[in-house]
Amino acid sequence: MQESIQYKIFKVFNVFILLVIVFCTLYPFLNVVAQSFSSEAYISAGEVNLIPKGFNIETYKTVIEDRMFWINYKNTVVYTVVGTGISMFFTTIFAYALSKRRLVGRRFLTLFAVFTMFFNGGLIPNYLLINNLGFHNTIWAIVIPGAISIYNMLIMKSFFENMPDELEEAAAMDGMNTYGILLKIVLPLSKAVMATMVLFYAVGHWNSWFPAFLYLDQKDLFPVTIYLRNMIAGATGGAATGATSADNLIQISANIKSVTMVLTILPILTVYPFVQKYFVSGVMLGSVK
Amino acid sequence: MAGIDKARNAHVFTEVKMRKLTRLRTVIRKDWQLYSLLLLPLIYLVIFKYGPMIGNVIAFRRFVPGGHLFGEEWVGFHYFKMFINDPTFWKVFTNTLMLGGLTLLICFPMPIIFALLLNEIKAKKFKKFVQTASYLPHFLSIVIVAGMILQLTALNGSINVIVEFFTGEKINFIQQAEWFRTIYITSDIWQGMGWGAILYLAALTTIDDSLYEAAKIDGANRWKQTLHITIPGILPTIITLLILNIGSFLAVGFEKILLIYNPLTYETSDVISTYLYRVGLESSNFSYATAIGLFESIIGLVLILTANGISRKLTERSLW
Repeated sequence: MQESIQYKIFKVFNVFILLVIVFCTLYPFLNVVAQSFSSEAYISAGEVNLIPKGFNIETYKTVIEDRMFWINYKNTVVYTVVGTGISMFFTTIFAYALSKRRLVGRRFLTLFAVFTMFFNGGLIPNYLLINNLGFHNTIWAIVIPGAISIYNMLIMKSFFENMPDELEEAAAMDGMNTYGILLKIVLPLSKAVMATMVLFYAVGHWNSWFPAFLYLDQKDLFPVTIYLRNMIAGATGGAATGATSADNLIQISANIKSVTMVLTILPILTVYPFVQKYFVSGVMLGSVK
Repeated sequence: MAGIDKARNAHVFTEVKMRKLTRLRTVIRKDWQLYSLLLLPLIYLVIFKYGPMIGNVIAFRRFVPGGHLFGEEWVGFHYFKMFINDPTFWKVFTNTLMLGGLTLLICFPMPIIFALLLNEIKAKKFKKFVQTASYLPHFLSIVIVAGMILQLTALNGSINVIVEFFTGEKINFIQQAEWFRTIYITSDIWQGMGWGAILYLAALTTIDDSLYEAAKIDGANRWKQTLHITIPGILPTIITLLILNIGSFLAVGFEKILLIYNPLTYETSDVISTYLYRVGLESSNFSYATAIGLFESIIGLVLILTANGISRKLTERSLW
C-alpha cells in the first residue's frame, strides 16, 4: 500500500507520544516518593526530581510515630468500611426494587431518583440540614449524606434487569420470599457488579475530605485526608511540630508532606493492580445504559 | 337530568378510583416485601436530597443563625438583587464561565484524542501498560492532587527547575493570578484524561471490522478511515458525554480550587462555589449564599435540559 510509509512514521510517533503521556502521568508520583526519601536541604535547593538525594527515612519514623496520624488513619478506615457498608445496603435494595417490572410506579420512582443527579439543594441547605439533624462531629455526617450514588444505583439496576427471570420465578415457586430471593439467588449471581460497586464506594470514602472538613472539628475524628489537608494548608500538624527545631517549619514540612502523601496513597497503590479490571468493567456496565 | 348525570358520573368516578385503590392494595399486599425494600432509600432521598431543595427557601427568607431552619420572614428577591448588584459576584461568575469554558474546550476532547491514539496500538501489553498508568490519577484523593500540584509548582519544585534552566528565573506559579487557569486545566487533564478514555475505548471496540475492510478496498488510508468510520462510530458516546459536561458546566472543580487557591489569585481562581462557600460558611451569610447556590443550580438544570433537547432534535440522541 502506498500510505504505509506515512502510517509507519505515525506509528512510531504515536508510541513516542504515548510514552511521554505515561511519563507525565507518573512523574508526580515518582517525585513525591523521591522527596519523601530525601533530606530537606536537597528538596529546598530544587535538586530532587526522580531520584532521592540525601537518603533519609527519619521523616517516615517521625510520621509513623505521630499518634494523631494513626488515629486519623484509623478513622479513614472506619469511615470507609462503615460508609461502604451503608452505601451497598441502600443501593442494592433500591436498585433491586426498581429493577422489577411488576413494581407499580417504577418509572416515576426512577425519575424521582434521577432528578437528584441534575438538581441538588446546594451547599448551605445541606450544611444546615446536617447540623440540624445533630450529625455535627459524628460519623453520620460522613457516611449518611452521600450514602446512595444514583449513578451506581442505575448501573446495578440495569445489571439486575438483565438477569434471567426464570431463576427467581422458580425460587418463588419453591416458596422463597423476596428477601430470600435477593439474598440467596440474586446476590450470589451478581458478584462482579457488587465487587465493582464496593470498590467505587470504598475509593470515594477513602479519598473524601470535604464532608469531614465541614462537619468535624475535633482532631481525633478527622480522616487522614484532613490531616494532610491541614499540612498542605500550612497549619502545623502534629508531626511537623514534633520534628522541627521551630526555625524552618515550612522547609521541613515539604519532606513531611511527601511522606504523608506516600503513606496515604499506599493502600490504593497496593490494591490498584488487582482491582483495576473491576473498575474498568464497572464503567463499561455504566455505558451500556 | 343534569343532576342525575353528575351524580352518576361522580359515582362512576369514585368507583374507578376505588377499583384502582383496591388493585394497588392487593398488589402491595401480595408484594409488600418488594415495596418494603423501597422504604429506606425513599426516606433517604426525601430527607437528604429533596430536603435541601426545600431548604433553598431561605434564599427568599431572612435566615438568622440559630433561628428557624427555614428562616424568619419573607424577603422576596432581596438576596438575588443583592448578588446582581455585587461586583464580586460578577467577577466570580466570569471566572466560572472561563474555567468551565476552558474545561469544555480543552479537557473534553483530550480523552477522545487519547483513545484514538491508543486504538492505533496493536501491541496488547504496551496498550495495557499505557492504560493502567493513565487511570491512576483518577483514584487519588483531591487532597493528594492538590499536594502534588503545590509541590510541582513550588519555587523549588520540578517545573521551576526546567523554567530556570531556560529563562534563568523562577516563577512563583501558585501565587500569580495569571498562572491559575493553566495550572487548573493542566491538572484536570492529568487527572481525567486516561479515565475519560475508557468509555471511548469501549465504544471503539463495538465498531464493525468489516467497515474498515470495505474502506481499505475503496482505497481509504488510515486517516480517512478514522475520519469516516471511527469518529462517526464513537459519536453517540461523545454526544452523551458532551450533554453531561454541559450540564455540569458551572460546577467547576470546587474542592480542588478551594485547596489550591489563595487571596493572591482570587482574581482568576475565585468561582461561584468558592465565593458562596466564603460568604455562607465563613461569614455566616446563609440566605445570601443560598440565593447564589440556587441561581447556580438552576442554570445547571436549564443547561442540561437545553443541551439534551437540542441533541434530541439534531441527532436523535438524548439522556432520557
